[in-house]
Amino acid sequence: MNMKELELYIHIPFCVKKCNYCDFLSAPAGEQKQKEYVESLRERIRSHGALGKACHVVSIFLGGGTPSILKPEQTEAIFTAIYDGFQVDQDAEITTEMNPGTVTEEKLLIYKELGINRLSIGLQSASNEELRRLGRIHTREEFLSAYRMARKTGFENINIDLMSAIPGQTLESYERSLRFTAELEPEHISAYSLIIEEGTPFYDRYGGGSHAEELPDEDTERKMYVRTKEILQNYGYHRYEISNYAKKGFECRHNLGYWNRAEYLGIGTGAASFLNHRRWTEGEEPVILTRREEMEEFMFLGLRKREGISCAGFRETFGEPIEVVYQGVIEKLTTQKLLTERKGRLALTERGIDVSNYVMSEFLF
Amino acid sequence: MAGIEQSRIRNFCIIAHIDHGKSTLADRIIEMTGLLTSREMQSQVLDNMELERERGITIKSQAVRIVYRAKNGEEYIFNLIDTPGHVDFNYEVSRSLAACDGAILVVDAAQGVEAQTLANVYLALDHDLDVMPVINKVDLPSAEPERVIEEIEDVIGIEAADAPLISAKTGQNVEEVLEQIIEKIPAPTGDAGAPLQALIFDSVYDSYKGVIVFCRMVEGTVKKGTTIRMMATGTTAEVVEVGYFGAGQFVACEELNAGMVGYLTASLKNVKDTRVGDTITDAKRPCAAPLPGYKKVNPMVYCGMYPADGAKYPDLRDALEKLQLNDASLQFEPETSIALGFGFRCGFLGLLHLEIIQERLEREYNLDLVTTAPSVIYKVHKTNGEVIELTNPSNLPDPSEIEYMEEPMVKAEIMVTSEFIGAIMDLCQERRGIYQGMEYIEETRAVLRYHLPLNEIIYDFFDALKSRSRGYASFDYEIFGYQQSELVKLDILINKEEVDALSFIVFAGNAYERGRKMCEKLKDEIPRHLFEIPIQAAVGSKIIARETVKAMRKDVLAKCYGGDISRKRKLLEKQKEGKKRMRQVGNVEIPQQAFMSVLKLDDK
Repeated sequence: MNMKELELYIHIPFCVKKCNYCDFLSAPAGEQKQKEYVESLRERIRSHGALGKACHVVSIFLGGGTPSILKPEQTEAIFTAIYDGFQVDQDAEITTEMNPGTVTEEKLLIYKELGINRLSIGLQSASNEELRRLGRIHTREEFLSAYRMARKTGFENINIDLMSAIPGQTLESYERSLRFTAELEPEHISAYSLIIEEGTPFYDRYGGGSHAEELPDEDTERKMYVRTKEILQNYGYHRYEISNYAKKGFECRHNLGYWNRAEYLGIGTGAASFLNHRRWTEGEEPVILTRREEMEEFMFLGLRKREGISCAGFRETFGEPIEVVYQGVIEKLTTQKLLTERKGRLALTERGIDVSNYVMSEFLF
Repeated sequence: MAGIEQSRIRNFCIIAHIDHGKSTLADRIIEMTGLLTSREMQSQVLDNMELERERGITIKSQAVRIVYRAKNGEEYIFNLIDTPGHVDFNYEVSRSLAACDGAILVVDAAQGVEAQTLANVYLALDHDLDVMPVINKVDLPSAEPERVIEEIEDVIGIEAADAPLISAKTGQNVEEVLEQIIEKIPAPTGDAGAPLQALIFDSVYDSYKGVIVFCRMVEGTVKKGTTIRMMATGTTAEVVEVGYFGAGQFVACEELNAGMVGYLTASLKNVKDTRVGDTITDAKRPCAAPLPGYKKVNPMVYCGMYPADGAKYPDLRDALEKLQLNDASLQFEPETSIALGFGFRCGFLGLLHLEIIQERLEREYNLDLVTTAPSVIYKVHKTNGEVIELTNPSNLPDPSEIEYMEEPMVKAEIMVTSEFIGAIMDLCQERRGIYQGMEYIEETRAVLRYHLPLNEIIYDFFDALKSRSRGYASFDYEIFGYQQSELVKLDILINKEEVDALSFIVFAGNAYERGRKMCEKLKDEIPRHLFEIPIQAAVGSKIIARETVKAMRKDVLAKCYGGDISRKRKLLEKQKEGKKRMRQVGNVEIPQQAFMSVLKLDDK
């Protein structure tokens, strides 16, 4: 078997209600619209028949929006199309995202049946007040019952999403959210900061520095970040990527694929794909990456991983030693103690993670 | 084109305070004389540099020859010579006026007589021009033509009762202007048979023809083959072509005779050889004396210009050389800065001139520039008797070697309505002005006279004047000499290192205030680094102000979603892009615009 490995991403652009911070492609929609979308998704999946025959799928990720908004039979219809058109590995990692406010036992049972073996649940905060501010549709209690239901149904690989820098959040309340989450012992925790994105209600309120007093200040944000690692480490999680923590062996393979520049096919409105040195968003023309762009990506994606990038891997991929291509840059960043070299790998230091955009941008030509 | 009767030639210019509608009237005149159809007219034909059109000002003198069929059935040749509207280019204005026999004075029907109206009229009268007033913008609701006519008669003292009431914008009554030109502006005189005597009022460089000299024929005749001599520079050359100014183009003709306005080319390679104000004569049959009034114009304001990318140094030199071909008042010489590397110390007529050159270098020559704060020329009297003309603050000798320093002063005339007199006097006071007197020109308006250090007005005086008078004050100035003053050099230290390109000379009494503002400004301009950066202002070894740029904040840990790598890339590219416009000084990267910070110290 010399078939290509492929990751599949399926986008579900629907949600019950858009959150105040969300700028992803997602919006509430009527039943008819959802039905039509699922139908067109199935068609788009089928249209990739040739690719389906040439690859084997190592991971599937159902993202959104809120994929769990779909009716059980709709999710089933999507998976039937996938299994019909693609060869999915026996041990493939198959994830769906879930909003705790949309989970039912029936849905979970169907997920299990369809081969979904990993759940990613958006909790964001264990404080109901903060959840309200974010515009989430669920409470901490509803989350808890959804989580317990998932465990009861037999899901053994669960991720919980957490957010820091929420308006009104204090260091103490963030730590409570962290502990609350860790004590549930999910296999994986994503902890990232709120970003005020344009076109969101939060941007209207906080864009351009207004109402800054409601947001945690810079020092608090930094402490939140430091505490995330300390607290989660105590609970047995290790950070394997800038904002992702997992128990040993439960690192998200699908996500790691992005950082390792694995090939993936995204299906659904606005979904991104990366295949044959081309990147594209559904509905747009593919862009062929230049060799330099590929080198840049190798660096700025790879450095998101805690283990960093392999110098040998760089040479293997591009036929040139990294020390030559990035002469000066590596030295400079190493001197600045933002980058370390260990056992043939280059990785961000703690300080480097703090200013990761700066470090990564240095690798752009 | 030989044989045009002088009686049917009119050489004139239009003078006005800024925004009173000079260029619009010129457009309308050109349009109405039928050289261009309305469709061909790009607004403001005479302002043909892209930059001029954008800024709505006239930078270089321009000339155009138009044909007007008057109501009496005769055809007249009008040579309209446009003059620069800014005080930086006063000398060029003066030379353009010297090429004319009369001037149309445009006065805004709502605003009335302003400082530059007066200054320009005086300049025109100095050149013995007949001034013909025109009241413009009579279509404005706030127009008060009767009041303005009275004002012209009272304040300027010229007859204005039958001044055409026009709207250059709509074309209303512009015909009347054309008729009055014939009536009121005298025809040129001069003898076509006399020895050649022509005034250079402008020149441009053309890569095919070499220097094109704009001239007003005073006496004699010039044609292809004439050997000419520039009386001030002594340059001689053989004329290759003579002609006149069509609409936006040069039209060759047989010869130019006394009274005509036109151009000539003579394989001249450098506009330096054809100084504005110089007299052209026939080398073989020279005139007795040059025309009066030639003077060499010297730069008033200096600044350092450096290529953002050090490798572009030769490109910058080439570009400056090319611009200088067309602009004899631009001066430059190489200099080196510890912070900025190799560049040039450039001299300009004023700040507008500086900005224009800077923009042209960036636009037309695609250069990314770092410009240091402009400085005037200080005279440094050393204890050993030597006097240095200081154009670069970093070259200031050690204080122990300085006996005293002098700075250039201007005589300023500010015209302002009475309600703002207090505010404007305060402003002049703050800028170290010395009150010279005040005259009411009418009940509610006065002219304030001040002596001000040039240093205090080159940056933002004009803006401050406008904002404190709600736009009503107008201003004109001329240099009148040097005056001893208590001056110190203010140094800026970034991360404990002195940045030579940020040093500037300041009045000792303002040093503390300026230093503090400068630190505050730089604090906002300099991005955060991996480490904390102290910014200090110092006079000599004494630190007088300090600010700190905090260390870099942490990056948000974004969720990188659904493999959308392009978004991440854009973010990183933005970060990188910002860095390209930085200069490395020691460990610190300083954005290029920070070097101009001193200009913006009074921003609120």
